[in-house]
Amino acid sequence: MPHLWCPGCGHGIVLGAVVRAIDRLSLDKDKVAVVSGIGCASRAPGYLDFNTLHTTHGRALAFATGLKLARPDLRVIVVAGDGDLAAIGGNHLIHACRRNIDLTTVCFNNEIYGMTSGQCSPMTPTGKVATTAPFGNIERNFDLCDLTRAAGATFVARGAAYYARALSGLIEQAIKHKGFSFVEAVSQCPTYYGRRNKIGTAPDMLEWQRTHAVTAEKAAALSPEEMAGKFIIGKYFETEAPEYTEEYARLSERLKGGR
Amino acid sequence: MNPERSRIRLMQGNEACVEGAIAAGCRFYAGYPITPSTEIAELMSERLPRIGGRFIQMEDEIGSMAAVIGASLGGRKAMTATSGPGFSLKQENIGFAAVTEVPCVIVDVQRFGPSTGQPTSPGQGDVMAARWGTHGDHPAVVLSPWSVRETFDLTVRAFNLAEKLRTPVILLSDEVIAHMREKVELPDPASIEVVDRRRPTVDADEYLAYGPAPGDEGQEGYIPPMADFGDGYRYHVTALFHGLDGFPTGDHAESDFLLRRINAKIETRRSEIIQVARESLSDAEVVVVAYGCTARPAVSAVREARARGIKAGLLRLVTIWPFADEVIQETANTGRVFIVPEMNLGQVSREVERALHGAARVVPFARVDTELFTPDEILARISEEA
Ligand SMILES: Cc1ncc(C[n+]2csc(CCOP(=O)(O)OP(=O)(O)O)c2C)c(N)n1
Ligand code: SF4
Repeated sequence: MPHLWCPGCGHGIVLGAVVRAIDRLSLDKDKVAVVSGIGCASRAPGYLDFNTLHTTHGRALAFATGLKLARPDLRVIVVAGDGDLAAIGGNHLIHACRRNIDLTTVCFNNEIYGMTSGQCSPMTPTGKVATTAPFGNIERNFDLCDLTRAAGATFVARGAAYYARALSGLIEQAIKHKGFSFVEAVSQCPTYYGRRNKIGTAPDMLEWQRTHAVTAEKAAALSPEEMAGKFIIGKYFETEAPEYTEEYARLSERLKGGR
Repeated sequence: MNPERSRIRLMQGNEACVEGAIAAGCRFYAGYPITPSTEIAELMSERLPRIGGRFIQMEDEIGSMAAVIGASLGGRKAMTATSGPGFSLKQENIGFAAVTEVPCVIVDVQRFGPSTGQPTSPGQGDVMAARWGTHGDHPAVVLSPWSVRETFDLTVRAFNLAEKLRTPVILLSDEVIAHMREKVELPDPASIEVVDRRRPTVDADEYLAYGPAPGDEGQEGYIPPMADFGDGYRYHVTALFHGLDGFPTGDHAESDFLLRRINAKIETRRSEIIQVARESLSDAEVVVVAYGCTARPAVSAVREARARGIKAGLLRLVTIWPFADEVIQETANTGRVFIVPEMNLGQVSREVERALHGAARVVPFARVDTELFTPDEILARISEEA
């Protein structure tokens, strides 16, 4: 299939994980909508046979909120890059979490702006180089799992392109979850991140993911020194809370009945 | 209070806007509060859940515009309302709706000055922003009411035009009209014409999201039928230039076709979209061109001028964009001078000048001190030019 991603880009693997999750859940294609913002990751919906919506930079969650409220029968999945979601779209992200609206968001986290050729993202780790941080990034990056949990998301997980099958399982659970679910998928951008930061080519970056991802159970047994530079994968958090579209439907019923 | 109680009511422009929207079938509202538009959000939050609609207060104006587009793709008639600064924030997504052809209504209750300016004072500074605020050559349909009742009627019309033309439509109100209270008699709901978007009649596998419907072929400005997300017509929506199937294209001819078609669908229907009101125009030598709140003192001034034997007339622009070039040219058959009072530094007067091509003299008449024109000062100007 012709696509616009570079050879070795992790976004295709993450998209594959999303599609396999939908397939395993046997969802009706007519009832699935995939919404994205702008960026390399956000071109993913164009390759999918669902109701697909490619929006403006950072705004995918706000478009998806309107769509879900209008059509609660749809399973709405948002796919977006880390810049899209955490920088320009950061406000929409925290408010979608707070409302606990039933959307599943998959963040394709390549720690860089791919589409605009390698500028700093809120996910670029401190010290790493980007075209707009030529001397090394002095900002601190987000932990999006902490952020979304704190903002009110009721399902939070992290996976990685290297562990594609596990990632797909996490996305499957996220879609099944009622409420706002968030999955960070560590992806690789060999074109702008890997080479410049001397991590190497795509296989080297996948190897880096393999050796730096640890499950929560393993992490518990490791000292802080051993955990330095590593990241935790797996389900991070799940809870139940009133879901926004259901709450609204309830309010609407009550008012109609009360007339 | 039973909101349905009576059709004869004392109401505010913003309230009439909400009633008009609901009468037109609006069932989704997303917004963010800003004076002088806020009553629209407040009333929508009260009205919509009772009738199966949905209201959401978003985190900002950008998100509100985005949610409106999402809801419209889900098949709901959707609207948002704001004022100047919020209108700026919505612009990127208004452009998105234009190029993806998603019907929706945006109300901009104008206030005075750039940024926060004089936040709660009357002004008409967003006429050009309504036309050119976003990027990239798309068409605009903008309506401007001058009374509470007309706010109702034009809100209905805004939805009807949006649905028919598959385009965002802007209702350009202003602080005076929005906050003014008038006694209005609302029309019998059964008498209100309500237009719904054309939906596809072909099988899902034959559906081209941006293709013509059977019978549309050969029309340069055709309007594609639109399927709701979730109803079995799976398709792709992107603001990238797209082909008839909705998928991105880098093809020059396809890009050219798309941009020209979305303009042609408005341009070829100009006579149907453009609406003006005429007062004593048939032999008018001094023509006042006004819109929104400024048309109110203007009409009094014109009547008084006539009473004094001056051949004055009023051309009131109800549709501001597309601009009523033809009507203005026609008016110049008798009109030798066109006075354009506006609460800005000449946004419409320049358009009148352009439309006239030198056929008559144009007198821009600006008032930018946050005070409404008085009939007397417009009358004085008419007398000077008579
Ligand atoms: C309003 C706006 N600002 C900036 C851009 C330019 N832009 C396009 S994609 C992008 C960043 C994308 O990075 P990310 O979301 O991390 O996705 P990736 O390309 O890495 O997958 C930017 C800044 C834009 N399209 N719109
Ligand atoms: S620039 Fe990076 S993120 Fe974008 S397609 Fe290429 S490898 Fe992937």
